Amino acid sequence: MTQHMKPELAIEAHGLVKTYPGGVRALDEIDLAVEAGTIFGLLGPNGAGKSTTVKILTTLSHADEGEARVAGIDVARDPAAVRRAIGVVGQKPGFDADATGRENLTMQGELYGLRGWARRRRVQELLDRLGLADAADRRAKTYSGGMQRRLDVALGLVNRPRVLFLDEPTTGLDPEARAEMWREIERLAGDDDMTILLTTHYLEEADRLASQLAIVDSGRVVAAGSPDELKGELRGDTVQVELADDARPAVLAAIECVPGINGLTVDGKQLRTRADDGASAIPAVLAALEQRGLRVVAATLARPSLDDVYFRYAGRAFREADAVQEGASI
Amino acid sequence: MTPIRHTWQVTLRYVRALARQPAWVAISLMQPVIWLLLFGALFKRVVDIPGFTGGSYIEFLTPGVIVMLAISSAGWTGMGFIEDINRGVMDRMLVSPIWRGALNAGSVVQAVLSIAVQSLIVIGLSLVVGAHFHNGVAGVGVLILVAALLGAIFASLSNGLAVLTRERETLIGAVSMVVLPLTFLSSTLMQQSLLPDWVRWAARFNPVNWAVEAGRSAATQKADWSLIATRMGLLAVLLIASATFATRAFNAYQRSV
Repeated sequence: MTQHMKPELAIEAHGLVKTYPGGVRALDEIDLAVEAGTIFGLLGPNGAGKSTTVKILTTLSHADEGEARVAGIDVARDPAAVRRAIGVVGQKPGFDADATGRENLTMQGELYGLRGWARRRRVQELLDRLGLADAADRRAKTYSGGMQRRLDVALGLVNRPRVLFLDEPTTGLDPEARAEMWREIERLAGDDDMTILLTTHYLEEADRLASQLAIVDSGRVVAAGSPDELKGELRGDTVQVELADDARPAVLAAIECVPGINGLTVDGKQLRTRADDGASAIPAVLAALEQRGLRVVAATLARPSLDDVYFRYAGRAFREADAVQEGASI
Repeated sequence: MTPIRHTWQVTLRYVRALARQPAWVAISLMQPVIWLLLFGALFKRVVDIPGFTGGSYIEFLTPGVIVMLAISSAGWTGMGFIEDINRGVMDRMLVSPIWRGALNAGSVVQAVLSIAVQSLIVIGLSLVVGAHFHNGVAGVGVLILVAALLGAIFASLSNGLAVLTRERETLIGAVSMVVLPLTFLSSTLMQQSLLPDWVRWAARFNPVNWAVEAGRSAATQKADWSLIATRMGLLAVLLIASATFATRAFNAYQRSV
């Protein structure tokens, strides 16, 4: 009488389509499956459809087509029940700048039905936990950027949500505040059963925090899996070489002759290629370049990164996703 | 219970924000005082027009100024919504289990509280400069209630417009376009029987005039309770319609984000 149990899904979306007035197709059939208790990363450049997906899943917006369930509840049929089950930290600051941290959290507690002593205790708990206790009775507009973001997170946690949405939680933070936020998100995930959906356009953030990822580009999921699976699929290492001078045609001709090389992009003096076995490819690449009289300044070998994964699936380098890329491939 | 609790939370938020801007509070309190004194001086001789029956002009004018302050102050209410939308506060509220009606209702209650305080100041000042309120505290209470009703209507319209357009400029344009014409197409500054025929005709459909008629009758004349009741009934119906509009506007907003 053993039954095969499928892992419980905290978020499920099938064929979400959203077209904005003016014909902009923000989502073009997005599918998602997020297991309960995990951190799921939605990775993509600005305008890829990450925020639109979050808006639909959190009941702020509605999909034109497709369906979605969050915490087992259909977002279109019972948005009120979804709202009680989730916490949302939006991309834009959601706190009231004229109110103190405590006043912000007290109001949020009231909206979620917390009363009296239970509410006061929960508010203090969150202030302590997010390091805002000393600033609790100061107006939020006087907070530092990192504190304001932590107040937003605290607001999203008031109701002890089963599913927490973090829409670009570290955008605009300085490196120190970002590292602090990462530690906080890891702590949240360690807590009982909370599922976190995180959107980000920082590859290293997704790599560090998410156990499962979906890479979104132009309103579609172009790849999904764990960061290691995605990187593993690439099979091979990245070889990066910095030349002394720009010399594109010569580089193309030189690299063509090297065996075991899987692709090449040249961007000014930088050239990047993948090799099945990077350690043996590097000497061959350097020799080929030298033969053509191309001087090498530096050469590096790297295991595949999410940047490479993104490049493979979206067909363009992540950081240049919005710009036209100068490059060539063989 | 929940609707009342949520409405109160929203009200508290806006009252607190307002109270923390003392300069703004001072300016909004001064404005109606200036109107009362300037209009009172400017139109002092109106009482000499044959057919004017209103006693002193300041006494005639006070209910009019209170109605004017109600619409002009309520007209700006939507600015708070636009700011909340431009930041992320409104989106945060909309994904919380807040009772939807509380967003408009809470902001309207704050607007009404401001109007009540401003009205009391104007009434106090008009007593000092010699106005007489024939029906005592009850009459003044009805006048403030009427102003509150009218203010609530305009605050709701302002909120609905704010949510639909999300542009400060649109709201500024709408307020400047609406407030003065509606004031002049009424007996706010001039006795009804002395208005040109077409203005008197238009005034019958003007909610500002309904409020002026009811408020003036209650406070400074021999109260005509059936007129007061019908005008307040009309205003109440309009309030329900405008509050529904403001709350429904969020549906349109959520379709567009």
